[in-house]
Amino acid sequence: MMSTATTTTMEKTASTNGASSHGFTLQGKKATRFGFGEGLVTLGEKYDNVVVLGGDITTSVMTSYFKDKFPERFFSMGIMEATSTLVAAGLALSGKIPFFASYGAFAACRNTDMLRISVCYNDANVKIGGGHAGISVGPDGATHQILEEIAITRVLPNMTLVVPCDFTEAKKATVAIGEHVGPCYIRFGRTDTPMFTTEDTPFVLGKAQVFRKGNDVAICACGPMVWEALVAAEELAKDGIDARVINVSTIKPLDNATILAAAKECGAIVTAEEHQITAGLGGAIAEYLVKEEPVPMEFVGVNDSFGGSGDPDELMALFGLTSKEIIAAAKKVIARKK
Amino acid sequence: MASLDFHIYPLETGFHGSSRPVAKPELVKDYGYETFVPFTNSSNNSDEQVAAIAKEIRRDIVRALVEAKSGHSGGPLGSADIFATLYFGGVMNHDPKDPWNKNRDRFILSAGHMCPVLYSTLANAGYFAKQELLTLRKLNSRLQGHPGRDMGLPGIESSTGSLGQGLGIAVGMALSDKLVSKNSSRVYSLTGDGELQEGEIWESAMCASHWKLDNLTVIVDRNHCQIDGRTDEVMEVDPVSDKWKAFGFHTIEVNGHDINALRQAFAEAKATKGKPTCIIAETYMGHPVSFMNDDYRWHGKPPNKEQAEIALNELV
Repeated sequence: MMSTATTTTMEKTASTNGASSHGFTLQGKKATRFGFGEGLVTLGEKYDNVVVLGGDITTSVMTSYFKDKFPERFFSMGIMEATSTLVAAGLALSGKIPFFASYGAFAACRNTDMLRISVCYNDANVKIGGGHAGISVGPDGATHQILEEIAITRVLPNMTLVVPCDFTEAKKATVAIGEHVGPCYIRFGRTDTPMFTTEDTPFVLGKAQVFRKGNDVAICACGPMVWEALVAAEELAKDGIDARVINVSTIKPLDNATILAAAKECGAIVTAEEHQITAGLGGAIAEYLVKEEPVPMEFVGVNDSFGGSGDPDELMALFGLTSKEIIAAAKKVIARKK
Repeated sequence: MASLDFHIYPLETGFHGSSRPVAKPELVKDYGYETFVPFTNSSNNSDEQVAAIAKEIRRDIVRALVEAKSGHSGGPLGSADIFATLYFGGVMNHDPKDPWNKNRDRFILSAGHMCPVLYSTLANAGYFAKQELLTLRKLNSRLQGHPGRDMGLPGIESSTGSLGQGLGIAVGMALSDKLVSKNSSRVYSLTGDGELQEGEIWESAMCASHWKLDNLTVIVDRNHCQIDGRTDEVMEVDPVSDKWKAFGFHTIEVNGHDINALRQAFAEAKATKGKPTCIIAETYMGHPVSFMNDDYRWHGKPPNKEQAEIALNELV
């Protein structure tokens, strides 16, 4: 069953960049967690009421950058994600802007009740960083590869949910949620993934950005799947298919206007996410479009299963989370258009 | 470097910016609520005066519950002496006229279901009109079945009700006061004894003593009762005091119906430096209403009209 990815999409595109139809250039690879860590330092430099709670794995979710720079505003909480979430709520209700980061498995799932009552029902200005998102975690295996937290966090009233597509956007998104008042969750990954946005690439919390223009099909993606979508669009262009690629980095609140325009102008949607197909990004878009502008949709994601150990590239290929599956989905959904 | 200030208190009345109306109570004769003058908080109040306020708090709990036709009787009645001491015995620094004053002490009801006693205490202190107590648990009431911060009721610092969570929030507030803002405010949090079965209580306890939060006082309402029965039958929580000691707390065991003893315990908590304090207050659920006293079956139900009348007569 385990197929070997001989040539990864990332390598393939590296050889073709410079002549892309989307204008993005691969600048190497770096994990989004480092962007989160750097964004925290930026916030710490700007505001003296930003505080960080460490969940033991600070050198893994990169809260260590903040810890080194602002030790007096860093509080080690040990391994108690539920209570760390509560302590963050108490800090927020005292006028502080607390960030608590752990792996998403523990920062969104173990503490769901705390997020629901003490953070969201309180409308407490708490920021949660959820790392180790998706199967690209790699060898750690299914327990640590969270594939359900988009579903869990986006269903909570008052919550803002952002899934940055690369290192640079992760940094911008971290600063943005720090400056946004209200509960926020940011999802980031462990493994180095393509860096392709720049400081100049537009990012606005709550806005989806069109990364490639096209009117035959719209590919709505988040996280590292945005790069895969761009690669897929390049390949589709060779077959005469002009795909729109939309970076839906804010999943809640969803940028309805951009999604609606894509449905109307393209007439077919593919969603791509490193998450369960059910109730994630695809679910959010489908919930909206089914009442506003029903169009054929295909979903690329993990199909109701747990992850497993392996190299990130092997896992992404095994679970069908590459440009290959996006291309197939795009062709399938176009065929379904009336 | 600047702070990024944001609006915390009070929230918009109603659910998150909606123009949801606030329930207006119908005026109930007989209770004298229209002419009620709030009690003041003072260390000069005698123990007898504080005990009399506790009785008034209990009467208002019974009136609110019989009107609501649902809700918790046992814990609120049994803990009224603790609340009267905190809010009227000069223990807490609070001002009903300036409820969100930055220098206030804060109280977090971790046992959220016990809110009738907190609502009644706040009304007796003048945080809001007593008539509003009669909207308890009703549509559009600021007095939700479990405290909801979204309703903007003065004196409600946090939504609580999912057991084990309030204490962690109190720890976060104490951490903020002592180690970030470096002010001298104190934080109080009351938990039920059944609530000690929740794991987050012990995580929070570990955290409070790790950070030496001597500005935090935890009160355990030790009434030995929970919905299903006696705590030692449902899930043993003893030895309560030893557990808190092991988690690094200074502990004080006290008769939770003795105002003078409670005052001494709170004074001892304030004087204790370098570690948080846990006051284990031995109480009787439903005390002192004869047919409720020490009976776990009164944990989660209200009195009917006849029972309420008997209770109010006993509470004169």
